[in-house]
Amino acid sequence: MAGTKHETMVVNKELYHEHVHDDHHHHHEEGFITKYIFSQDHKMIAKQFLISGIVWAILGGLLSTLFRLQLGWPEENFGILETLLGRWAPDGKILPSFYYSMVTMHGTIMVFFVLTAGLSGTFSNLLIPFQIGARDMASPFMNMLSYWFFFIAGVIMLASFFVETGPASAGWTMYPPQSALPQSSVGSGFGTDLWLMSMAMFIVSVLLGGLNYITTVLNMRTKGMTLMRMPLTVWAFFFTAIIALLSFPVLLSASLLLLFDRNLGTSFYLSDIYIAGEALANSGGSPILFQHLFWFLGHPEVYIVILPAMGIVSHVLATNARKPIFGYGAMVYSILGIAILSFIVWAHHMFVSGLNPFAGGVFVIFTLLIAVPSAIKVFNWVTTLWKGNIRFTPAMLFSIGFVSLFISGGLTGIYLGNSALDIQLHDTYFVIAHFHIVMGMAAFFGMFAGVYHWFPKLFDGKMLNQTLGTIHFWITMVGSYLIFWPMHYMGMSGVPRRYYEFSNFEFAKGYEDLNVFISTVAVIVFIAQFFFIVNFIYSAIAGKRMETKNPWESNSLEWTSSIKGIHGNWPGEIPEVHRWPYDYSKDGYDYIPQTVPQGKEDQFLLKKQPAENAALLEEKRV
Amino acid sequence: MTGLLGLLIVALIIWIIFLLSKANEFVSDIKGEENAEDSSNRFNALMCLAFLILGMIGFAWSVFHYAPMFLPPPASEHGAWIRQMFQVSTVPIVIVFFITHVMLFWFAYRYQYKKTNRAVHFAHSTKLEIIWTAIPAVVMVILVAIGLVNWFKIFDDPPAESLVVEATGQQFLWHLRYSGEDNVLGSKSVYDISSDNPFGMDWEDQAGLDDFKSDTLMMQLNQPILVKINSLDVLHSFYLPHFRVKMDAVPGIPTQFWFIPTKTTQEARDERDDQKFNFELACAELCGASHFNMRRVVKVLEEEDFKAWKARQVPIYTDLGIEKKLKEAEKANNENNQLKGETVGI
Repeated sequence: MAGTKHETMVVNKELYHEHVHDDHHHHHEEGFITKYIFSQDHKMIAKQFLISGIVWAILGGLLSTLFRLQLGWPEENFGILETLLGRWAPDGKILPSFYYSMVTMHGTIMVFFVLTAGLSGTFSNLLIPFQIGARDMASPFMNMLSYWFFFIAGVIMLASFFVETGPASAGWTMYPPQSALPQSSVGSGFGTDLWLMSMAMFIVSVLLGGLNYITTVLNMRTKGMTLMRMPLTVWAFFFTAIIALLSFPVLLSASLLLLFDRNLGTSFYLSDIYIAGEALANSGGSPILFQHLFWFLGHPEVYIVILPAMGIVSHVLATNARKPIFGYGAMVYSILGIAILSFIVWAHHMFVSGLNPFAGGVFVIFTLLIAVPSAIKVFNWVTTLWKGNIRFTPAMLFSIGFVSLFISGGLTGIYLGNSALDIQLHDTYFVIAHFHIVMGMAAFFGMFAGVYHWFPKLFDGKMLNQTLGTIHFWITMVGSYLIFWPMHYMGMSGVPRRYYEFSNFEFAKGYEDLNVFISTVAVIVFIAQFFFIVNFIYSAIAGKRMETKNPWESNSLEWTSSIKGIHGNWPGEIPEVHRWPYDYSKDGYDYIPQTVPQGKEDQFLLKKQPAENAALLEEKRV
Repeated sequence: MTGLLGLLIVALIIWIIFLLSKANEFVSDIKGEENAEDSSNRFNALMCLAFLILGMIGFAWSVFHYAPMFLPPPASEHGAWIRQMFQVSTVPIVIVFFITHVMLFWFAYRYQYKKTNRAVHFAHSTKLEIIWTAIPAVVMVILVAIGLVNWFKIFDDPPAESLVVEATGQQFLWHLRYSGEDNVLGSKSVYDISSDNPFGMDWEDQAGLDDFKSDTLMMQLNQPILVKINSLDVLHSFYLPHFRVKMDAVPGIPTQFWFIPTKTTQEARDERDDQKFNFELACAELCGASHFNMRRVVKVLEEEDFKAWKARQVPIYTDLGIEKKLKEAEKANNENNQLKGETVGI
């Protein structure tokens, strides 16, 4: 069998030139502000989400690196901490109260700003119109608002670092009464009000975006793009938006009620409290109510984070294995299954919160049920690799890494989801290991895969440097396991999470060496992310341009659009779709784009006669 | 200054690697992209294989290396069930972990890109999909069944003879109150808390008069203990790692956990060959700046030792001199009334 790439390149190059000329006709003049700031173009908004997400990821990652210094070397003083944190780290040692602020902000930033806005916001915006064949979102204006509400949320959250009492410190879950009572901790001052207001803005952003994604997917598909011909990315974004739309408003209510409890003297979450030398008048409220409301969002939230990554990974795996994604239907239905189940498992975060044990039992059943669709997805991904012809682009590497992390982190969920076991493991490092691997690192890997794969669609056909991407991948992959894997062992020794130091307890001692090790790797992995950042900035400005319109030889529609990011995506007509996006290695054709009609394959990609291809290739070389 | 220098060096290293990577891009342009991609594919495929092998070795080594530090055999009855559940769950989990990872990385290595290779169009197989839907489903049903049986056993009603103890979380310590002779805790309220009455106890309630407090959580071997858990201010979590006990303390909503200690402190010390060892009580729910500091020592004693210890305890009522104060107050009150009565009489 002869070559796969070069002869197809020839064909594509012709198309490429043809379209470059077309581009000129469709330019209409735009000012700087409407083009780069208050843009209504889905590609620009995707870029805005991505770049904001990266900025937040640097901050969120930096916070974790700094508090890892405390955990690794609790006795040391670090000059750099005082330089960076000022009065929060006198003599280079983080104050316990600020340690908890850092932990809180790390979680909030990573979960909401990076892995929700940065991941789902970027790729839903970029890929939904491209992959279903639409010129833009259903409501570009709402889309713009969605970004700017996110931006405002970010500004408010950032502002909380500069208030007198510092940022919120009750954990990213913001459990009252601690978050409701300024007397309880320093961070529960004005910083918490800002946190809640920021979250309200953020939820508005998510809802505006989500409505748009759903409407666009349902109404704006090009001719021939039936639902079951959509790439799995779009399916994932679609279900993510539905989950977000149904769950985020609950967090909005929870946040507002908490704001009322804090500022208006209500007692939604407060009762029978004696603090700072006085008994409060609040009575009749329930702190558990907040937990129910929070996790009613909070659990679907982890699927809001992971589903887009799953979609991206499915698509990238199929493209680079040169094979159809295995079990497309099963993949779609397992996303549906996960989406439904995600709403009825929230109380597994609350097994030992005083929840009725019977309710706990019910939630065990639904929780472990999620293992079934998850297992289907994993086996389908692995089977997609079987007998493939795998090209290790950085996107592909991150996708393989994603599958590995999802397996490792998912399996430990089987322990945690079983309530009786959770008595032992709840709020220990085992939980930290579990969710950082399965939704933290895995979702990051999905995001990296997406950026490496679709970078040309974001930056006018420029590509990221592949060597640097490979280095970035291997350091991050090995580092992720070295950081989080040992935390399982700490958890199995009972070491509780959210401890500033462990020296007070005999049972939590003895892991000094491991903590030093974890912190060292964390610093290295954090620094290694700058390989990506440097690559990103350089390539966005002066990256190598792709030689063909379709560098990964992918079937989906985005690669038929204009190389330059023009308004409306396609210079001429929107292409019609004739098949699903995973016709790889079918009937001897390496790939058949969705736009190729049945029976017309030959005119695009001559692959039927390997001997002829080989001859063609030789000819070209000469 | 050293910090700045360090940052500079790191930035320099990143920059050099960046330049080398760019150079690699140019070289591959000259050499022909195909050759460059071939070597990149070979390298990454080998890395996948190496990652698999080294990862599995690392996994096996680290489990055995750290196993001695995992929580030791539990010191409570239900803890043994949880431990057993952990072991039972580990069997299918480790099997699946190995199979899927070997497949993932072996396929990645085995099916690396070669110009002469052709991928197989294999999009669907109902048989396979039924297999890997059914097997996890069956395994999950078994694990759920084991889990629920244990869960409901653990949260069954406490035996009537359980020793009743109360743990109250407050920033940043645990208050421990024993129910005394009658084994019933006296009622209390946050509104009655004062310097004279730190527990906020209701002295009208006879059940409270024999309640005593303790700085150490004392338990009797093989005697069920029912811990009534609550909090004065924010959320805390009553956490006894060695006994596999954890339950949140929630202001306004009393929670509880009962269990049977099955190992005395002395036995645990002998087991570890460490005469200073103690069971510990910690807080497992973020409660503020000193969350990591809410320690109490826990001791499990033989029956006679426990009884002897209990007999030595002085009720809060007596200890705080409440009895005396109340009597004085009553006396003063009576005298007042008498005086009043006399006055009226005249």
